[in-house]
Amino acid sequence: MHLNFIYPNESELQWSILIVLYPFLTGLVAGAFILASLERVFQVAAVKPTYRLALLTALAFLLVAPLPLQLHLGHPERSLEMYLTPHRSSAMAMFGFVYLWYLMVVLLLEIWLDYRRDIVLLSRSSTGFLRVIYKIMTLGSDNISERSLHLDERVGWIITVIGIPSAFLLHGYVGFIFGSIKANPWWNSPLMPVVFIFSAMVSGIAAVMLLYMLLTKLRGFKIDIACVDTIAKYLFYIFIIDFSLEMLDLIHRIYEADESFRSLDFMVHTSLWIPHVIIQILLGTLVPIGILGATQVLPLAEHMRKKLYVIAGSLTMIGIFAMRWNVVIGGQLFSKSLLGYTTYTLHLGSREGLGTAIFLTILPLGILYVLVKLLPPWQHESLSLN
Amino acid sequence: MNRFKDSEHLLRVVGVFLVGVTLFLCLRAWFVPKSFGEFGHYRGDSLAEIAALPIIHAGHETCETCHTDVLEVKKAGKHANVNCEACHGPQAKHADDPGSVKPLLPDTSVLCARCHEASSAKPKWFPAVITAEHSMGMPCNTCHTSHSPKIQGDKK
Ligand code: HEC
Ligand code: HEC
Ligand code: HEC
Ligand code: HEC
Repeated sequence: MHLNFIYPNESELQWSILIVLYPFLTGLVAGAFILASLERVFQVAAVKPTYRLALLTALAFLLVAPLPLQLHLGHPERSLEMYLTPHRSSAMAMFGFVYLWYLMVVLLLEIWLDYRRDIVLLSRSSTGFLRVIYKIMTLGSDNISERSLHLDERVGWIITVIGIPSAFLLHGYVGFIFGSIKANPWWNSPLMPVVFIFSAMVSGIAAVMLLYMLLTKLRGFKIDIACVDTIAKYLFYIFIIDFSLEMLDLIHRIYEADESFRSLDFMVHTSLWIPHVIIQILLGTLVPIGILGATQVLPLAEHMRKKLYVIAGSLTMIGIFAMRWNVVIGGQLFSKSLLGYTTYTLHLGSREGLGTAIFLTILPLGILYVLVKLLPPWQHESLSLN
Repeated sequence: MNRFKDSEHLLRVVGVFLVGVTLFLCLRAWFVPKSFGEFGHYRGDSLAEIAALPIIHAGHETCETCHTDVLEVKKAGKHANVNCEACHGPQAKHADDPGSVKPLLPDTSVLCARCHEASSAKPKWFPAVITAEHSMGMPCNTCHTSHSPKIQGDKK
């Protein structure tokens, strides 16, 4: 048997760190949205302070989510053809419509309905260029009567209910893209979409929790500890489900031990040992679950809990990023011959390099900054009718 | 009208969406070529357009009618089954009119590596070298003859 025999099209990895970033970003969108929906549909009052922030976070990340894909393409302008002449048998081609549906029909509409009263009030109180922006956002209607707002509330609820399956679809799709690739045993698994959705929820909830704590601190306000406690509790439960699913997948693979197993097992013990076992499973999953579990059972002081939430949240983000990395990059490191392995070299300055990835991770935070300035999500200080 | 007083803003949203969808349909009608989908998921006219493109490769049989000397050399070596135009590029114009169109000779330090650079994706039997180490920066034809690359006196 020749070791390290790979096929010619495998010697160079086609899917780079940008393709790692893409499921990471959409995951944050889906997760943040699902957290917001929890508040709305299940009326969880405690997480209310993060409702609007979660929606704006979802929007900021959703706007950036297609950019890594565009930058990955040699001819980004051709991606528009997927809207004009979509091939219905291609999941990737249909994704354009899933994306648009989610952006236009779900997220923008829900944000607009929720903010309409504020937008109208801001369009009255602001001046100059901002006023024009707010005026455009009102769509020319400045009706904020009781009845109209009540109507918004009802329509918004319907949108949220449609939004939850849409968010599942958005991120389930990303898992599906990998899970449905028969030729790649590392990806091919019907559990993939489910694992992606749960890990998306985990990362989105952690992101909103961290952002909420950070922004509140920066603004010099007091963190609503009941709110953070509740979010951390959700994070804990959903993380446990997510972890169980991933372990189920793992146990299934080990037990089934099909013809690809030896090759994948070797990979996990060599090139993926650090990113998969150490970073993803140990540091990024078991440690945060342990910390979150401790905050659930131990009578810890408030400031201690906050610190632990920040640590657990940050580790979670690293863990979920590592999970995307191990799926995308890991799936390309072994040969379909099951007899050889390649390596991935991460460049710093190239179009698909680390620099671009870092920029694309910071960009949504910049967008979020503008959104928060434009549409302040802090409800308790919101404008009063004048 | 009064009935819609409090839902008017929602109707505006519906309006915005309708305008968006109409715009999309118009753009689609405008951009998608007429013959798209005639035979499959591509532009039907492209078949005729591609068929009408000038032929740029002459094929090795054509080259060999004139360059019998090269053929003799090449036939004897391992490059026997490598086509002339795989190395010399498309030369139909030259074959039609050798007097006025003279091909540039390929640069061996670029050309040979294209096939012979060592990589784990290549089958073990295929002769491959790490060019930087193997040629020490010299063009490959300093030592090898391009048309029959085996080095004389090499026992292998
Ligand atoms: C009709 C006869 C004819 C055919 C067919 C022909 N050639 Fe030539 N080729 C010539 C002649 C004559 C010359 C010499 C031209 C000169 O030196 O001005 C030449 C020159 C060349 C040269 C350049 C030699 C030099 O010293 O620069 C190359 C390379 C070449 N031919 C390759 C090809 C290839 C490849 C083909 C097949 C696609 C081909 N030829 C087909 C007649 C032909
Ligand atoms: C493996 C690549 C390769 C193939 C295959 C090949 N050539 Fe060449 N050929 C070269 C290179 C490189 C040169 C110039 C440098 C040299 O002579 O080593 C060259 C030079 C020539 C020349 C210039 C004079 C001479 O003999 O050096 C002619 C004519 C020519 N080739 C014709 C042909 C024809 C006709 C064929 C097909 C029967 C062919 N070549 C196949 C690589 C190739
Ligand atoms: C289009 C691909 C291609 C290009 C370009 C090419 N070769 Fe080859 N080369 C081959 C093939 C195919 C073989 C034959 C392998 C076999 O059958 O064992 C070969 C064999 C060889 C061998 C082994 C000869 C032997 O007898 O063992 C040498 C040396 C070689 N090539 C050198 C060169 C040099 C030098 C160049 C540049 C002038 C070159 N090759 C360009 C495809 C190519
Ligand atoms: C300094 C002279 C020299 C130069 C320059 C040179 N070679 Fe060689 N090459 C040789 C010799 C000598 C052999 C035979 C060595 C052997 O069989 O161990 C050889 C063998 C080869 C082989 C066959 C290896 C095998 O495993 O069968 C290939 C392929 C080859 N050379 C490609 C190239 C290429 C491509 C270049 C240009 C980048 C090049 N050579 C430049 C001297 C040279």
